[in-house]
Amino acid sequence: MSNESWLILGATSSMARAFARAVAERGAMVLLAGRDMADLEHVAADCRLRGARGAAALAFDARKPKGFEALIDRLCAEAGTLNVAVFVGSMPEQSEIDADPALLARTVEQNFTGPATLLHRLAPQLAQRGSGTIVGVGSVAGDRGRLGNYVYGAAKAGFATYLSGLRNRLGREGVHVMTVKPGFVDTAMTWGIEGMFLVASPDQVARDIHRGVRKRRNVLYTPFFWMGIMGIIRTIPEALFKRLKI
Amino acid sequence: MRARHQTSHGWGRVLHAEEEVLRPERQAMLERLVAKDPAPAVGNRRSYGDAALNSGGRVIDMTRLDRCLSFDAGTGVLEVEAGTTMGDLLALCAPLGWMPPVLPGTGEATVGGCIANDVHGKNHHGAGSFGQHVLSLTLLGKDGARQVTPGETPDLFRATLGGLGQTGVILSARLQLVPCKGEMVRVRERRMDGIAEFLSAFDASRASYSVGWIDATAQGDALGRGILEEGEVIAGDAPPPGRTRRVPVALPPLLVSAPAVRLFNALYLRRVPEAGRDRERPLADFFFPLDRLHDWNLVYGKKGFHQFQCVLPEGEEQALTPMLERIAESGLASPLAVLKRLGPGRAGMMSFPMAGMTLAVDFPNRPEAEALAMELEWMAVEAGGRIYLAKDTLSDPDLMARMYPEAGEFARIVTEADPKGHFQTDLVRRLKLRDPR
Ligand SMILES: Cc1cc2nc3c(=O)[nH]c(=O)nc-3n(C[C@H](O)[C@H](O)[C@H](O)COP(=O)(O)OP(=O)(O)OC[C@H]3O[C@@H](n4cnc5c(N)ncnc54)[C@H](O)[C@@H]3O)c2cc1C
Ligand SMILES: NC(=O)c1ccc[n+]([C@@H]2O[C@H](COP(=O)([O-])OP(=O)(O)OC[C@H]3O[C@@H](n4cnc5c(N)ncnc54)[C@H](OP(=O)(O)O)[C@@H]3O)[C@@H](O)[C@H]2O)c1
Repeated sequence: MSNESWLILGATSSMARAFARAVAERGAMVLLAGRDMADLEHVAADCRLRGARGAAALAFDARKPKGFEALIDRLCAEAGTLNVAVFVGSMPEQSEIDADPALLARTVEQNFTGPATLLHRLAPQLAQRGSGTIVGVGSVAGDRGRLGNYVYGAAKAGFATYLSGLRNRLGREGVHVMTVKPGFVDTAMTWGIEGMFLVASPDQVARDIHRGVRKRRNVLYTPFFWMGIMGIIRTIPEALFKRLKI
Repeated sequence: MRARHQTSHGWGRVLHAEEEVLRPERQAMLERLVAKDPAPAVGNRRSYGDAALNSGGRVIDMTRLDRCLSFDAGTGVLEVEAGTTMGDLLALCAPLGWMPPVLPGTGEATVGGCIANDVHGKNHHGAGSFGQHVLSLTLLGKDGARQVTPGETPDLFRATLGGLGQTGVILSARLQLVPCKGEMVRVRERRMDGIAEFLSAFDASRASYSVGWIDATAQGDALGRGILEEGEVIAGDAPPPGRTRRVPVALPPLLVSAPAVRLFNALYLRRVPEAGRDRERPLADFFFPLDRLHDWNLVYGKKGFHQFQCVLPEGEEQALTPMLERIAESGLASPLAVLKRLGPGRAGMMSFPMAGMTLAVDFPNRPEAEALAMELEWMAVEAGGRIYLAKDTLSDPDLMARMYPEAGEFARIVTEADPKGHFQTDLVRRLKLRDPR
């Protein structure tokens, strides 16, 4: 049986649930953190049945850093390899943010500063153990500021830059950091939005992430072809890009 | 919650609906939704016709509520959310020594769909229908959640099992699983030379699982020839699942033209040697043979196909002969034709099974096929049988009471449970299943 433990932040997301199942099937301990406790209990029960060594539901709000310490203590109480996967995020409509700029701070908190604060507090403990993996889910939206969702994109870009630095720091200590950039995924976040294409299932993305962890990938685009798509989008000169609506 | 606007279709791709689809990801969202704005629930839409369609309205897609909530490894009692698929349950439970008591021919069917159609499996003659193994379920209606059990709420239970989603949204169910010796099935395959041999072989069979494939193009002495498969679950670990394939687009219906089907069927029959053979197959391959090819319904082309499935009561099996003759003459049959003995087991008022023989045949969607299916339906009704609503695209409201003697009582209980008709689907409107009789 595996001696891994995974703290999963935002574990009510269907992408996170699929990932939790994948690590549960390998016998890991899963600590499922989020806001909807009743739902987290269901995910925990499901993970236990699927082979998790143990599973627990923990309260976590990315905007309430006071609660982070308890999560960190809970994870560090486990023996063996400690791992974290960050799935928290929110994508309000750009128009909603335009109408209510206070939403900007919240979007940044939920996608970047909240989870980064938690990781920052946890980093020394992981370094001390000298092993483990941090998975941070960003987005292809962070690769370029687009008309349709640039506040969300900016938060994800901030998170990606943070993860890149953290990788640099913790890599020397035996802790691996992987940045995940999903394209469109069929979850609550995208359901019913017009104009989605090449939409991947949460299971497919979770499998990719799981494989990426084993292969110790640094930056993972999922599905893989988004690396090509974003490569092209990144090369469009700003003078042209500012006139496009993509 | 955002809704998605889409054109949905039944598995046969003949009937379509413009719908708004809501897909709650957790119980609290579903509960809010049903309390505020109730709509019929759908699973993976493996029903062939319009059982899971609601034209111009909304439906609730249950597939994200797919968690196992509790399991007692001592008693085999499992509580699951209704969107869990049978394939997932089988893969999860078999290594723990248990399996679902009844499995339909596709692992994509959800627990909710299996309850709402009270499905039968290859072991129906012994194990009965799916609903007979449901210990209790949680049903959501406009007024909230309630526990439905065969002992305490027998009427509502019998209107919910096989009740096509009309009593409300099934949130979760407690199922009694059965012990499972291993992950393999020993399958004995034997050629059957004609319908008479088939029927006596089914009578003589003592196997837990049995199903017949029929060459529905054969005529004369060969009428009703085919292959009988009998299976027993045995110990052994399954090899890792093989690759599945996908039909990418609707194909030109050449593959289901009469000469192609005749050729295919003749070859398929010869796969099994004259003396029969024994094989060992992984559970999923035996129970869900078609799932290896995703979207196989596209093989019938853009216009789709009908599946005709009827059951003929015990003692009326001779009616199969004229039915098979009509099918063979028509040149419309596809290779998918199944014959099976059913036992008396059924859990609900509108459940399909009755003791006798069931025949299922696919026909490409052409005008002649409609006429043929209606003619076959009449033959079945005259013999005291009925057709399976999960497969239906064509039936007639006036036949319902004759085929389903409890249809009137069903309409009454459903109207009580859902007086405003929130959970009506296209099928229910088409066949007037809510009308008092
Ligand atoms: C290849 C294949 C093989 C099959 N073999 C068999 C077989 O051997 N035996 C058999 O009996 N059937 C068989 N079927 C039919 C299939 O099992 C049924 O149609 C089943 O109901 C499909 O489940 P679903 O989850 O896709 O339900 P859907 O088709 O989505 O829905 C079916 C009905 O259930 C209702 N429903 C679904 N979920 C809920 C819920 N949570 N609460 C309330 N109502 C709900 C819907 O409103 C609808 O009326 C087969 C189908 C295929 C495609
Ligand atoms: N879907 C896509 O196409 C796509 C593409 C690229 C990247 N992503 C990213 O993938 C991740 C998973 O998203 P998803 O698509 O699965 O959507 P989702 O279901 O909306 O998941 C977001 C998760 O974040 C949680 N969350 C939001 N704010 C929180 C807060 N303040 N505190 C704690 N948890 C909070 C949500 O919990 P609650 O249930 O409590 O709200 C939910 O579990 C997100 O980071 C998202 O940005 C998604």
